[in-house]
Amino acid sequence: MCGIAGILQIDDRPVNRERLGQMIGAIRYRGPDDAGIYSHGPVGLAHARLSIIDLIGGHQPMSIAQDALAITFNGEIFNYIELRNELIAKGHRFTSSSDTEVLLHLYQEEGERCVERLNGQWAFAIWDAARQRLFLSRDRFGVRPLYYTRLDGEFLFASEIKALLTCPQVPCAIDLIGLDQLFTFWATIPPRTVFRGINQLPPGCSMVVHDEQITITPYWTLDLAGQIEHGSATDSQLAEELFELLQDATRIRLRADVPVGAYLSGGIDSTVVAALARKSAGHRIKTFSITFEASDIDESRFQHEASAFLGTSHSSIRCRHEDIVGVFSDVIWHTEQPILRTAPAPLYLLSRLAHDSGFKVVLSGEGADELFGGYDIFKETKIRQFWGRRPASRWRPLLLKRLYPYLPNIQRQSLEYLKHFFHVTPQALSGPFFSHLPRWELTARTKQFFSVSTQAELAEADAVSSLLRDLPSSYATWPLFAKAEFLESRYLLPGYILSSQGDRVAMAHAVEGRYPFLDHRVATFAARLPASLKMKVLDQKYLLKQAVKGLIPDSIRTRTKQPYRAPDGISFFRGHDEFVGDLLSSQRIKQDGVFDPRATDALVRKFRSGRETSVKDNMALTGILSTTVLLDRFMHRRGTDSRITRVQLNH
Amino acid sequence: MLQTIRRFVIDNYLFGEEGQLGDEDSFMETGIIDSTGILELVRFLETTYGIKVTDEELIPDNLDSVSKIVSFILAKQSDSQQTPHDCSSRLPEETRP
Repeated sequence: MCGIAGILQIDDRPVNRERLGQMIGAIRYRGPDDAGIYSHGPVGLAHARLSIIDLIGGHQPMSIAQDALAITFNGEIFNYIELRNELIAKGHRFTSSSDTEVLLHLYQEEGERCVERLNGQWAFAIWDAARQRLFLSRDRFGVRPLYYTRLDGEFLFASEIKALLTCPQVPCAIDLIGLDQLFTFWATIPPRTVFRGINQLPPGCSMVVHDEQITITPYWTLDLAGQIEHGSATDSQLAEELFELLQDATRIRLRADVPVGAYLSGGIDSTVVAALARKSAGHRIKTFSITFEASDIDESRFQHEASAFLGTSHSSIRCRHEDIVGVFSDVIWHTEQPILRTAPAPLYLLSRLAHDSGFKVVLSGEGADELFGGYDIFKETKIRQFWGRRPASRWRPLLLKRLYPYLPNIQRQSLEYLKHFFHVTPQALSGPFFSHLPRWELTARTKQFFSVSTQAELAEADAVSSLLRDLPSSYATWPLFAKAEFLESRYLLPGYILSSQGDRVAMAHAVEGRYPFLDHRVATFAARLPASLKMKVLDQKYLLKQAVKGLIPDSIRTRTKQPYRAPDGISFFRGHDEFVGDLLSSQRIKQDGVFDPRATDALVRKFRSGRETSVKDNMALTGILSTTVLLDRFMHRRGTDSRITRVQLNH
Repeated sequence: MLQTIRRFVIDNYLFGEEGQLGDEDSFMETGIIDSTGILELVRFLETTYGIKVTDEELIPDNLDSVSKIVSFILAKQSDSQQTPHDCSSRLPEETRP
């Protein structure tokens, strides 16, 4: 895993290597083992390497065929061994045993469609000197980040926004439309980011930059249209097939020349991954967990149970309220976008634990909830759909009481209030966003803290409607369950789960996450399953649970879904609260202009009073705090961050 | 009472935006209080007015506007004033002060 950056001069100026060095220096923590810069004609590529495969021969940027093709690559191609053998049979010659070189030869052999052959997680740029074009690509689910911007006469790209911002010509300002989206969906809609003029390549897309033209082409999308394509296979046959796929997905994700560990949350998904890794590796593996002081969110009992069952060597880190406050600013430096929950902060601490334990690679269970019906939003959708077919029923809405058993604010609600919150009408059932509207409406209420000027600038903005343009053409015909799965896996997964809670906080400590559930073979299999096999009545992840019988403890396999949560607003008001006092002072909020100082002050007073706070209050507080940190670290203190180092290499 | 409740709603849900709140405005329809916020209101009413809001009373008819809350509190207070009187009248003769 690594950091990449590059410049393509569209005018005739030579590439400025010094600037390339500054760009990659800004994200050196992603790849502390090695670094390199390559320039040739109008292109400059830079690389910071975290050495995982072919520790000696995998230096980057790499070129072949007398510099006809050069690459800077962040990620892993897990099927590189099979591809390499295939390419050797076709006459390709390799000088290293790295997956990077395989990627170059595969591009040489198959051109831009080579990405369809890849099983992995990647963001890369290949300079094709003969065709004078830069080819960039990002993996199917957006595990690895890739940002770009255009200046007058040049195109810049990098793994992280801060690398682009080392160029003084790149403007640094909040994109209010992006902010509006984030305060609705918890993520921006690609290619938009919260930085004006800086875009991200959407997951599952490739991009060609040639002359003045930028062309983005999707090469893969999660097709949920069918959900019936398993013919006459029985449940047990499908469970068996799923097990085999997961086993293989995990096996190839153990390919590394360094030890591979695993995160263990205490839930089904990470336990399954750790169990499969243990099985494939054939030896004891190392696992890592987070624990919390609050018993309602702490899962240490299940973590210990899983670790004992699997015989792993286990380490955990206790995340206290003050730990969240202590790392919060650095976490935002890495997420490069506001967050509405503090959940990335404990994961930042967890990757530090993995790093300090000598691990560069960890497996984890991300993707299982999105693909196999694990999230409560799917249960919510099913209940609301059932109720919506007979809205006058007295009994159907009683099922709403079965939702979110771990949220006391929901559990203590009367049915009348639950019915209002989870509102349904027969007309709404046919709407494109039926599943997510209650959630988005709740999140969007945080925008009441936007300043008058922010609200005025956003008067024409409509985050939800803007999604309509991004939906697949057949989306309207999909079952509601499939629509909900699409919205989760297309937006929240790459935009928040895999970035703010994934790549960004892991790579802050040079740790690479690998996700067997996001192997595209597993995902494609899941996408074709009928919803009834993902959630049987209201039993979440039904088929997955069948598939892993005996692999993990039954107490974990059959436990009620406990989503990963961290203490939110309260963390900032335990003991001394100078952090909030300083960041959310009326003077600073007024100066920044994004939020309303009076409303923000009232929110802070509410938290300080110790009174009960709502879900919205917690999202608003974390959102305002993180936005203010973002403004402070990226805009007010631009160019002063001590972690930015300069890389000057003659490669 | 009306002013106290208004103040609470303005401080805790509108975060100071007084102009937005009419006494008859439905909290749910206007989005002033979301469903996860209603328990804050209940806790406030219980501690401020010494009442106990039962699960059955947790309905919009009682709590969905400033006016409805005032009516609800007054009715509860009136009930609680009557209840001890009724109870005491049923106590045996010798237990009365």
